[in-house]
Amino acid sequence: MTTVAALRNADTATDRTARPRRSVARPLLYGALALCALLTLLPFLWVISGSLRSLAEIRSDPGAWLPHHVTLDNFVRLFRTEGFGRFMVNSVVVAVIVVAGNIVAASAAGYALAKLDFAGKRIAFGAVMAAMMVPFTAVFVTQFVITVDLGLADTLTGIALPGVATPMSVFIMRQYAASIPDELLEAARIDGAGEFRIFFRIFLPLAGPALATITIMSFLTSWNNFIWPLIVAQSMSSYTLPVGLAATSQAAAHVTDYGLTLAGALVVMLPVLLLFLFLQRYFVQGVSGTGMR
Amino acid sequence: MTTTLVPGPPRGAPRSRGARRTAVAWLFLAPFAVVFLLYTAIPTVAALGFSLTDLRGTDLRHPLAVDFTGLTNFVRLFQDTTFLRDILNTALFVAVGVPLTMAIGFVLALVLNSGIRRLRGTFRTVFFAPVVTNVVAVALIWQYAFQADGTVNQALGAVGLAGPNWLDDPNLAMPVVILLGVWRNFGTAMVLFLAGLQAVPEDVYEAASLDGAGRWRQLRHITVPLLLPTTLMVSVLLTVFYLQVFDEPYLLTNGGPLGSTESVALYTYHQFGAGEFGMSSAASFVMLLMVALVSLVQFRMLRPRS
Repeated sequence: MTTVAALRNADTATDRTARPRRSVARPLLYGALALCALLTLLPFLWVISGSLRSLAEIRSDPGAWLPHHVTLDNFVRLFRTEGFGRFMVNSVVVAVIVVAGNIVAASAAGYALAKLDFAGKRIAFGAVMAAMMVPFTAVFVTQFVITVDLGLADTLTGIALPGVATPMSVFIMRQYAASIPDELLEAARIDGAGEFRIFFRIFLPLAGPALATITIMSFLTSWNNFIWPLIVAQSMSSYTLPVGLAATSQAAAHVTDYGLTLAGALVVMLPVLLLFLFLQRYFVQGVSGTGMR
Repeated sequence: MTTTLVPGPPRGAPRSRGARRTAVAWLFLAPFAVVFLLYTAIPTVAALGFSLTDLRGTDLRHPLAVDFTGLTNFVRLFQDTTFLRDILNTALFVAVGVPLTMAIGFVLALVLNSGIRRLRGTFRTVFFAPVVTNVVAVALIWQYAFQADGTVNQALGAVGLAGPNWLDDPNLAMPVVILLGVWRNFGTAMVLFLAGLQAVPEDVYEAASLDGAGRWRQLRHITVPLLLPTTLMVSVLLTVFYLQVFDEPYLLTNGGPLGSTESVALYTYHQFGAGEFGMSSAASFVMLLMVALVSLVQFRMLRPRS
């Protein structure tokens, strides 16, 4: 986890390479960076501008940059569209199950792998590491068959279940638990506290930062997940937002209702982007901490 | 159970305490272990099993009717021109996408780390934003931007160029699909390179500076070699990720036009959709092997020589 430590420093460190630069280079550098930033943000700006334009305006001039008349009509129509509210509720329910599952399963497993001595520990940790390497595309057919066998096809539980205990969360939790001094736990053991008591009373209260990272990472993964819900959800009643958005936009394409699709795109993006603006440090840690996604 | 022939260890003996400790630990591991078994371990083994059968989606209700067909699926795969074309498409995605993503990420990390002081955090946030964005939403925007009368062609029109119908042209669809992949991932590369750069000790640069090494030489002889482990990690990560590319081609073109953007993952999905579970599993196993092979080769090639 050296990368995580480095990133924490990155936030607080002042300019570490304080070598003098020629004054011409700096404005140029800032100009180039600003241009790159603009290019990166173009899709976001475009979806905001497009979702605020009327249907007539989009039809007459589909590639324009700015709305002539700002209107919220697309959003009103979006929320009247059949199923959209349902997709949103489904996405929230799935995300809640996934996040709760990750918090419970990963904190317990991470604690055991870092702080408990037991038979099969090396095998268990090896399995966690190996699980991170298995490509989703290699297992989705059998995962689907299992989900069908469990009677969970086309249910929100079936959509959420594979994501409730991700190896990455366990790995983050284990690394964090390993950084907590053993003496702290030993002292409690000598006082006669059981492992569960130590876990709940001592470890969990200290695990705040790791729990925050896990919460954010698993929410992000669940909210943005597309292919698995696409496979498991078979009727509109269990579509999540991304699947619903893809389906609605395909339907809307026939009547070229771009306004509706762009409004939908913005609504799907917004929660994560807002969360990201406030908590970007944790997002970045989650990605760089494991080198996994 | 009063007539036990082999007595277990007496209560309170050391072995029993160890057994109890193990039981407690496995209780902690249980929630993860159950999901892991159900959704990773069993599916991986079962996928290999499926790939050796003629299992179809319609057979799920009566699995005993399924025939063991040995390596037939794999033979069929490598005789299937569609699959071979998809391997080439995927290789193209990797060959163009990985270096491009890494180059953009590396340059941005370098500039953010040493070139500028102010607004560093803001720029980092902006460049990382695509990583967290929903791919379905972005793909829709991409689709509209690259349609015949879309934003991209309007911009080209403004400078007097007639833009093509990007996503309907077999030669142009792939570059657009790759571009979306690069846009979504360069932020990850940047963040990992930034972390690597922060770990390079400052006094190395100072010593080089005193010895009269210029910025360019410092970059070539200090930064690049010291970043080798990071570079290795990023390249393996991106290669493995791009080898499995699914979302971008599925959402932008569904593999078209004329299969020009169909990836191996999309092939797997299409076979699955057609009910050919055996073929789908075989194709996914070929991908699993490709992922393993690439990681191995890259680790060998980029292992630092000391």
